[in-house]
Amino acid sequence: MNITFLLNGETVDLADIDPTATLLDWLREDRGLTGTKEGCNEGDCGACTVMVIDENGPKALNSCILFLPQLHGKAIRTIEGVSGPNQTAHPVQQAMVDLHGSQCGFCTPGFIMSMVAGHASGATDHDTQLAGNLCRCTGYAPIIRAARAAANQPVPEWITTDQAFSCSKIPRGEAAGRGAEPPTRLLPQNADDLAALYLQNPNATLVAGATDVSLWVTKQLRDLGPAIFLNHCSDLKQVTISDKEIRLGAMVDMNHMRKALADLHPSYAEMIRRYASVQVRHAATVGGNIANGSPIGDNPPALIALNATLHLRKGDARRSIPLEEFFLDYGKQDRTPGEFVEAVSVPRQPDHLKCYKLSKRFDQDISAVCGCFNITVSDGIVSQARIAFGGMAGTPKRALSVEAALIGKPWTAETIQAALPGFDKDYAPLTDMRASAVYRLKTAKAMLERYYLEDQGEITNVLEVTS
Amino acid sequence: MSVTTPLPHDAAPLHVSGTARYVDDIPTPKGTLHLAFGLSPIAKGTITSIDLSAVRAAKGVVMVMTAEDLPFANDVSPSIHDEPLLSDGTVHYVGQPVFLVIATSHLAARKAARLGQVDYAEETPILTVEEALAADSRFEDGPRIYAKGDADAAIAASTHVIEDSFEIGGQEHFYLEGQAALAVPNEGGDMLVHSSTQHPTEIQHKVADALGVPMHAIRVETRRMGGGFGGKESQGNALAVACAVAARATGKACKMRYDRDDDMIITGKRHAFRISYRAGFDENGQIQGVSFLHYAICGWAQDLSLPVADRAMLHSDNAYLLPNARIESHRLKTNTQSATAYRGFGGPQGVVGIERVMDHAAHMLELDPAELRRRNYYAAPSRGGSAPLAPRSISEKMKNTTPYGMEVEDFELHGMTEQLLKSSDYAARKTAIEAWNAENRVIKKGIAFSPVKFGISFTLTHLNQAGALVHVYQDGSVHLNHGGTEMGQGLFQKVAQVAAARFGIPLEMVKITATDTAKVPNTSATAASSGSDLNGMAVKAACDTIRDRMAAYLAERHQADPSAVVFAEGRVVVGGESYSFAEAAALVYQGRVSLSATGFYKTPKIEWDRIKGQGRPFFYFAYGASVTEVAIDMLTGENRILRTDILHDAGASLNPALDIGQVEGGYVQGAGWLTTEELVWDGKGNLRTHAPSTYKIPACSDRPDIFNVALWDGENREETIYRSKAVGEPPFMLGISAWLALSNAVAACGNRYPALDAPATAEEIWHGVQRVKGGI
Repeated sequence: MNITFLLNGETVDLADIDPTATLLDWLREDRGLTGTKEGCNEGDCGACTVMVIDENGPKALNSCILFLPQLHGKAIRTIEGVSGPNQTAHPVQQAMVDLHGSQCGFCTPGFIMSMVAGHASGATDHDTQLAGNLCRCTGYAPIIRAARAAANQPVPEWITTDQAFSCSKIPRGEAAGRGAEPPTRLLPQNADDLAALYLQNPNATLVAGATDVSLWVTKQLRDLGPAIFLNHCSDLKQVTISDKEIRLGAMVDMNHMRKALADLHPSYAEMIRRYASVQVRHAATVGGNIANGSPIGDNPPALIALNATLHLRKGDARRSIPLEEFFLDYGKQDRTPGEFVEAVSVPRQPDHLKCYKLSKRFDQDISAVCGCFNITVSDGIVSQARIAFGGMAGTPKRALSVEAALIGKPWTAETIQAALPGFDKDYAPLTDMRASAVYRLKTAKAMLERYYLEDQGEITNVLEVTS
Repeated sequence: MSVTTPLPHDAAPLHVSGTARYVDDIPTPKGTLHLAFGLSPIAKGTITSIDLSAVRAAKGVVMVMTAEDLPFANDVSPSIHDEPLLSDGTVHYVGQPVFLVIATSHLAARKAARLGQVDYAEETPILTVEEALAADSRFEDGPRIYAKGDADAAIAASTHVIEDSFEIGGQEHFYLEGQAALAVPNEGGDMLVHSSTQHPTEIQHKVADALGVPMHAIRVETRRMGGGFGGKESQGNALAVACAVAARATGKACKMRYDRDDDMIITGKRHAFRISYRAGFDENGQIQGVSFLHYAICGWAQDLSLPVADRAMLHSDNAYLLPNARIESHRLKTNTQSATAYRGFGGPQGVVGIERVMDHAAHMLELDPAELRRRNYYAAPSRGGSAPLAPRSISEKMKNTTPYGMEVEDFELHGMTEQLLKSSDYAARKTAIEAWNAENRVIKKGIAFSPVKFGISFTLTHLNQAGALVHVYQDGSVHLNHGGTEMGQGLFQKVAQVAAARFGIPLEMVKITATDTAKVPNTSATAASSGSDLNGMAVKAACDTIRDRMAAYLAERHQADPSAVVFAEGRVVVGGESYSFAEAAALVYQGRVSLSATGFYKTPKIEWDRIKGQGRPFFYFAYGASVTEVAIDMLTGENRILRTDILHDAGASLNPALDIGQVEGGYVQGAGWLTTEELVWDGKGNLRTHAPSTYKIPACSDRPDIFNVALWDGENREETIYRSKAVGEPPFMLGISAWLALSNAVAACGNRYPALDAPATAEEIWHGVQRVKGGI
């Protein structure tokens, strides 16, 4: 396939690319741009961060888990393209030098790119912006000082010019590579294209954000076989909020979703803030998170607690099922060959949702336990309860016994205590490197207690405590 | 004066523009081949058959090697030749290299390395302390024992006795740049090796042995590492030797870099320890005697485990005068990665041991833990310092000596503690925390103070030497090399500042290029915090030699006294004449005087017996103190550092900005070791945490919200380079205050002692909460 993108202001046409070549390998090995570093090759350290600009503006992405076809029609800035004319330092570069933000320097290009992208979008939540960049030398303090110092400087002109390219130069669907065959076979432009293409190629691997699928390539060294890249299906990227429901297209990325839910379900949005990192959230999609069937993906328990409906499509046939019914068993979902996740929707409801994500590290860590509680109390009585967990079973799973023990009971500490044994019926978690079975079960119970204590006005969030 | 100036890292402009070059960034010769190891999937056993036909047939594979194909030594051990590059037929841990793939690309090599068909006769691996003790699986023939006085008798006679045993986990270095090497064959069988190593001479030595050539045939170059932390002291040997052997066999340049998962599975980490202790205290909290039992999990090969375990013993006193002490150290051989050097080199484990004792004692005696610590400090020096004497009287018999008989002459912690407790508002915050804990049912807070005293010098005494090579060109620019390596600590900048100061010239006139075994021979590893102490002095010696020659020539020319020639502010002033440094250099050159010199330094005063555990292993001590405040969630054990205050002793700092960088970074790395960084092996010896997805080093938001770091205003009492102190390792141990603060917070949840293991993950803290509440 042939693709075109803008690299540091220069148009690049590539013919006959390997569709599973990563941007990082291409930059370093084919292009000789060695400023972008490989630290982990799985999207966890951020040393490979680049800035990608599309019609939605600039964003930081991990180039080690980006396949080349995902870049068609976009503009890319690497560390080599951050300085201005005559090597004028970008404000974040200068601040990092002046404030001692680098020591060994290996993570630094990735930090610079995350900071440049954050700077370009006006972000000031530096800890969150940089959660996806690991540094082993500095202890981060000087890097944050640099980020704060640079935030006061204007975005340089040379950084703002890229946006025009991705919006105008390569209109969607137009032939790529100066008249070459359009890459639509691998890059469907909308859900209808995708449905038809997938029906013809039911064995193809669907690549949404590639934050998981890419590891099949970089770590498991698997040959993906035929792949279909979904990132041009803009109709799958819509968030539609009506009086009745919130409908999320399968390709809605996690940063988009975080914004969309910020007011409606703030606890869910806060959990998404801790879901991976900025770089991963820019790529990761809600549909991908559901379709890969992970027992520890953080969206499914939250969505199940919100009584979500999953919308599946095969060719022109569509069906909708309660999300929890999609997860049949570990590694097994209710999805037939050629069928794909088109959207997920949740009914509009008053917000009673609390999401508790328990992991070894607060930021950018996979949950040991993710507990989501949606409990409605009317006149002192629990009128409705939907509770779902990740990390407690082979699939995301509801706590049906616990729910039953709560519904219809007075909202009291006694009721909570009486409901706790329900967890032993609902779950038999495993011990692994993230947590022991005992700890999982005990903290799942503790999360219900926390929900109650929080409701009673107790301080329960260690992230909100200061010295 | 360029020294004492807080200049940025010399390579900072390169770092921020992506132009700083690491091994994997070096442009390679055409046809360069790429290497990967095929790894053992079992922890212990013997190879019964090996079929590599699928590997050889794989796309891009040029050659496959096993131990039989190696021309000379099959050994990459830094110590006792017990570490074959490729399995000798037996395997000793999951991840041991069994065969070597040489292919046309990194990816092709990695893919092919998974295709080996190797059968093993599997044996039961030794993975735990119990299993190793049962099998008497150890290095050295028995435990090492260091003793002072009669600990058992003193403990028996004490009013209060505490006793416990706890685990200290290991630590993955997680240098951001993985291990890497590139070997380029030169004419006549010579080899140029680029290696991401803290120890180029060791690489040179091992490559020479593997190729059967003298060391002069091998040149090793290291410009910089993307982090080392001890993990590149010996662990780079395998890659460099593999590249050199493959380059010899194929005639092509060969490059190897570990994928992150391979890196974590193959290479050694910090030693995990179990420490058992018994200690006796009087009612005032004065320690009477302590007995430690150290079990160090060393992994399958000896590597540097003996000096690591020694250093743990040597730091079992930390800042405290122990009247009676006994430390017994077992170095256990297990079927896991060979544990290796890691920042502090065993010292942190030793310090955690005694800090645990102090924490436990303070809890039992219901004394303020900071006050109990101060009561047990070594005495301050009687002269020259502003600090008061220790409040205890030191009997002549006890003296101010460590358990290994070294007198502590430079104890700075009385004054430092006073200043830090005040600046951190310790007492008031402690009261406020007690009030918070009384009111809050879910979130509990804790605060802790901990000091550090860290011995500076390689305990293998002969390593305490360094060389330098300095050239002054006729335009006045200065080029220098020294034996130290740059891994981010800013060594090159500090040493350049020394050179600029000696010549009285601006820093821009000094260039330091890659560490190169052909420039400075027989170097020691850049380790043990020694980099600027040793190399700074060697560079000073070389600069002074040249400066003296210049002064002598110019003085003669002006019929002046050489000692009256002044080198300052970029000028050389002699006999009423003022030359620019460039003019002076040109004159001296025209006078046919050498403007090139070597410099050499060896650390004075040190001598000890590591078997007896007696003598002076250290030239001096570096000190630090920290106060950390944390909050924990009783329900789940989740926790955060809220505030940290640090006062650290870098002597008369060569570069306060770089030193503060080491302190901040060391603290966060130390706190990470004791909190979120958990290494998990399964029952078959598979490391289950072999990528950043499962092994969690601190992220940005894990640093303290409030992070106050200051340097102690003092100078080294010993004659070090400009009276500065080593700063690489000591601040790492400041992170122990985070672990102790967590213990303090857990203690607020009940009446019993929390007895936390390390790392204190959320799960461990949750268990601690159950313990103090009298639950499980």
